[in-house]
Amino acid sequence: MTRYSIFSLARNALGYHRSWPRAWRSPEPAPTYDVVIVGGGGHGLATAYYLAKEHDIGRIAVLEKSWLGGGNTGRNTTIIRSNYLWDESAHLYEKALQLYEGLSRELNFNIMLSQRGVLNLAHNEHDLKEMSRRVRAIRLNGIDSEILDPAGVKTEVPIINIAGDVRYPILGASLQRRGGVARHDAVAWGFARAADARGVDIIQNCEVTGIEIANGRIRGLQTSRGTIATKKVGLVAAGHSSVLAAMAGLRLPIESHPLQAMVSEPIKPVLNSVVMSNTVHVYVSQSDKGELVIGAGIDGFNSYAQRGSFQVVESQMGALLELFPIFSRLRMLRQWGGIVDVCPDASPIVGKTPVDGLYINCGWGTGGFKATPGSGWAFAHTIARNEPHELNAPFTLERFSSGALIDEHGAAAVAH
Amino acid sequence: MLLIPCPWCGHRDESEFTCGGEAHIQRPPDPAALDDAEWADYVFMRTNPKGRHRERWCHSHGCGRWFNVERHTVTHDIVAVYRMGETPPDDGDVDGS
Repeated sequence: MTRYSIFSLARNALGYHRSWPRAWRSPEPAPTYDVVIVGGGGHGLATAYYLAKEHDIGRIAVLEKSWLGGGNTGRNTTIIRSNYLWDESAHLYEKALQLYEGLSRELNFNIMLSQRGVLNLAHNEHDLKEMSRRVRAIRLNGIDSEILDPAGVKTEVPIINIAGDVRYPILGASLQRRGGVARHDAVAWGFARAADARGVDIIQNCEVTGIEIANGRIRGLQTSRGTIATKKVGLVAAGHSSVLAAMAGLRLPIESHPLQAMVSEPIKPVLNSVVMSNTVHVYVSQSDKGELVIGAGIDGFNSYAQRGSFQVVESQMGALLELFPIFSRLRMLRQWGGIVDVCPDASPIVGKTPVDGLYINCGWGTGGFKATPGSGWAFAHTIARNEPHELNAPFTLERFSSGALIDEHGAAAVAH
Repeated sequence: MLLIPCPWCGHRDESEFTCGGEAHIQRPPDPAALDDAEWADYVFMRTNPKGRHRERWCHSHGCGRWFNVERHTVTHDIVAVYRMGETPPDDGDVDGS
């Protein structure tokens, strides 16, 4: 792997940038691998990277039915934070945030992490009480979080409307200063490049069509590019997890829903933080290009179509304008949807399945991007050791039978 | 936005309705006889097919009645609408097609 640096940039500038090497190979699938990861999004690529880096596991492949990072990794609103209520979630998301903080250096790829602060607004008495409880719980876990009054919100976000004459006035906010945004494509590309450099075969345009199981053990995968024999498979397919699990005869507690986002025309810098509101249901930040990146809620019905409904856009825009009347003449440039895998307790499933050698990482729902490195790190440990790391041990599929659910509807709610 | 034919009110916008999720999940007749995994399957596990899906909808901002819809989860085409208690139309493989 050619290291990216100021010197390589200068050297290539002299050659008119015509001789940059490919960031990763595009190999033909081999007939056998020791581990196959199904799904070439951020979580799958991170899993492959940490498997190759931290575990002596042999040959690894990542199969992607389309192109790298073309699913939810390239469709989210890039928000990163770790302000989750319950200990289990707080530890997992905080691990991810800490990995993010060193990721550009580790991967030698600028993921453009910008820890500009994430505000979660409170609009009524209940919000205020819940926020107060949440911030204290988060701080007890050693994670930074603070409470702002309306004047404090106005100081952080000068263009926000804190007047009391709106339907849902802003009464306060919690703020995680270490939260922020990162470039989502760069996270996928950085992990892909670093995994490839460690010998991982990244195979795009390769769709899994069947899972071969004998005597309760994984034997291999049928794909659109031939059969691949392997003893360990990690499914990391977000919205399509139920479809893949069904190939192995498994049922998941997951429903797939469209979640949409949009960007406005680019404007000069006006918004320096990420502002989220669960109550009026919108979240917004400004990208480095100047576009506002605005997220909405999920559509209420099951869907595998990567598009959202218009009424969701309408309510999202209404909420945005109540918070920021200054945006009323802004035009929207692009709108898109992704398919999110929603779990009943709004927490992910990262662990083993009843099939030996088959592991699953799914259910991140509307907020998986922020967890990408932590998810991959813990899932790699689970696959390599055939047992979960203590970080993801609570996030089993069995919790739906045991009843040990991790209810994060409050933290997840809209956000992400 | 979906245009949903309510069996009582006719075609109305989706925003008048609430989706109640997968249809035809029956409460086990003898819950005490189930083990935890079977109970979890009833409460939490869902078919979540990519293809035709039978689901319940409620015309919550209209007549308030529940009914069943068979809808394709990729095209969003509504294939059939039938009332609660009615037998779903026999149209072959629903879940995987």
